[in-house]
Amino acid sequence: MTLQSLTRAWEPMSYGFLDASAKREIRRKMLKAIAVPGCQVPYASREVPMARGWGTGGLQISCTLINPRTRIKVIDQGADDSVNAASIRKFLARVSGAPTTNDALEADLIQSRHRVPEEVLREDQVLVLQVPNPEPLRPVQPNMSIARQMHADADYGRMWLQLYEQIVRSGRVMQGASYPSLVNGRFVMTPSPIPRWDVPKLHMARHLTILSAGREKRLHVVPPFTRVEPLVFDDVPYRVEDHGGLTCQRSGARGYFMNEIPQDDGSSIHEVSDSDLGVKTIRRREGEAVAIGATWYENGEMTS
Amino acid sequence: MSLTMDEPTLVTTRPLLTARDVSKAYGPVQALRGVSATVYPGEVLGIVGESGSGKSTFLRALNLEETPDTGSYTLDLPDVQGNLFDLDRYARRMLCATRIGIVYQNPHLGLLMSHSSSGNVAERLLVAGERRFAVLRDKAQRALEASEFPTERMDAPPAELSGGMQQRVQLAKAIALEPALLLLDEPTTGLDVSVQALVLDTLKRLQQERRITMVIVSHDLGVIRTLSDRVMVMRRGEVVEQGLADQVFQDPQHAYTQQLVHAKL
Ligand SMILES: Nc1ncnc2c1ncn2[C@@H]1O[C@H](COP(=O)(O)OP(=O)(O)OP(=O)(O)O)[C@@H](O)[C@H]1O
Ligand SMILES: [Mg+2]
Repeated sequence: MTLQSLTRAWEPMSYGFLDASAKREIRRKMLKAIAVPGCQVPYASREVPMARGWGTGGLQISCTLINPRTRIKVIDQGADDSVNAASIRKFLARVSGAPTTNDALEADLIQSRHRVPEEVLREDQVLVLQVPNPEPLRPVQPNMSIARQMHADADYGRMWLQLYEQIVRSGRVMQGASYPSLVNGRFVMTPSPIPRWDVPKLHMARHLTILSAGREKRLHVVPPFTRVEPLVFDDVPYRVEDHGGLTCQRSGARGYFMNEIPQDDGSSIHEVSDSDLGVKTIRRREGEAVAIGATWYENGEMTS
Repeated sequence: MSLTMDEPTLVTTRPLLTARDVSKAYGPVQALRGVSATVYPGEVLGIVGESGSGKSTFLRALNLEETPDTGSYTLDLPDVQGNLFDLDRYARRMLCATRIGIVYQNPHLGLLMSHSSSGNVAERLLVAGERRFAVLRDKAQRALEASEFPTERMDAPPAELSGGMQQRVQLAKAIALEPALLLLDEPTTGLDVSVQALVLDTLKRLQQERRITMVIVSHDLGVIRTLSDRVMVMRRGEVVEQGLADQVFQDPQHAYTQQLVHAKL
């Protein structure tokens, strides 16, 4: 009897950086979060080779979902080419062997910081959002134990009061990103700091959205075909950012969420905040046959 | 000595509030010893007693903020059944948020000091499910008007208001939803005499116009005498005497009450 005959030869048996038990825990917590839409589920946020606050929550979800056939796209505030997005994309590809893409239509898994792509996502796609602060009640209740009770009781009077106060003070709701929204008529969530523009995209969407906060060790989910309703008074309508009339200086794309780029003379130019949509628009303009998917907004109006 | 309160004074009907044998200890301190009270719809029950006699503790129990060690508490209202001390946290919160209003001695307990005054009132309406901004504004303004709060200042935060004005905001908040029961803990204490008189007038007017059932706590006999139909005298967690206000003040039975009344005269 030799040692050789008693053991198997070494072969790679795991991918996605995290060990199997870490991934199993996160899978279970994701299933729980899918079962109770909008409810924050705690998980044992592991160490990943990246500092807390740089998307470790999203990264752990991606590492759990990824396999060598998952096509991944990573965006940082709408850009595929920021240092952070490029590093996460490279990392995910290296630890899983998964192919990467910049095209939202081709991706199976999209990890994103603070934006939802402009092209409509499908049933077979998963969007992972990096969340810095998952607790919508934090501004009104610093004690997290009481905040949990408030969620349990659907005690959201203080959230509404915040909106009331904003209108009284400023004549309008000032909340920009992270607009508090009611999920499936039950839990109020912070939809990460996506702009108001992106919140309606989550409402009755076909795709699964997983929002994960690594530092705060909590995740919550918007399952497919789930209601996501921004908190608004009946007589003060929800308003998205006024970007419908802006044109992208580089690509000519119009009617989408834009980044404002201040110029030396005090004026501003705008660039479409979904960098790959901008690239595809330019390529199409130059005569290439590129597929641009249906978009949630057309000419600044929600399509469905 | 008249310790029974079962004969109605104003209307012949069932009592709105019945508390029986309420006891509460904080460690070695027995704050309440078997306190019972009955209040009929539209009546004002005044509670007097020296400092530390358990008045505020009893009021907090009636507002379901405090769970006594023993005793029962019922309110004769539609959809409200059984001993309210047995309700779970959620049911308590909903009952207090919609049917019971309270004015605390310390406005910091009852108000969000840096929110607008109207917002403080509107919060009650929001908790009850009102989602129309214009209606919130309108109802908050009307509650503030009823409390004689200058409505041009309705969006000022309580932190920038005088003590008397803060009490009016608390009062507006307490009556915004037309509560079945209004609890007042020393609503005039700490205010100077002229402001005290104004707040008392407001309470009196509210009582006359709306016939809100009230329980008012004060160590000031004058306040109790002005507002109450019935009086309950407390000492060291016990009720030493209770009865119709006129009876108690004109013909106090218990030595302690006699002392109180004569000290006042
Ligand atoms: N939360 C608490 N923890 C410990 N002891 C308490 C608490 N609340 C009240 N007590 C005690 O219970 C007793 C009754 O207090 P309570 O505040 O009810 O008196 P009170 O009649 O309202 O007095 P005051 O006229 O000074 O407001 C006091 O001895 C007080 O120290
Ligand atoms: Mg007291």
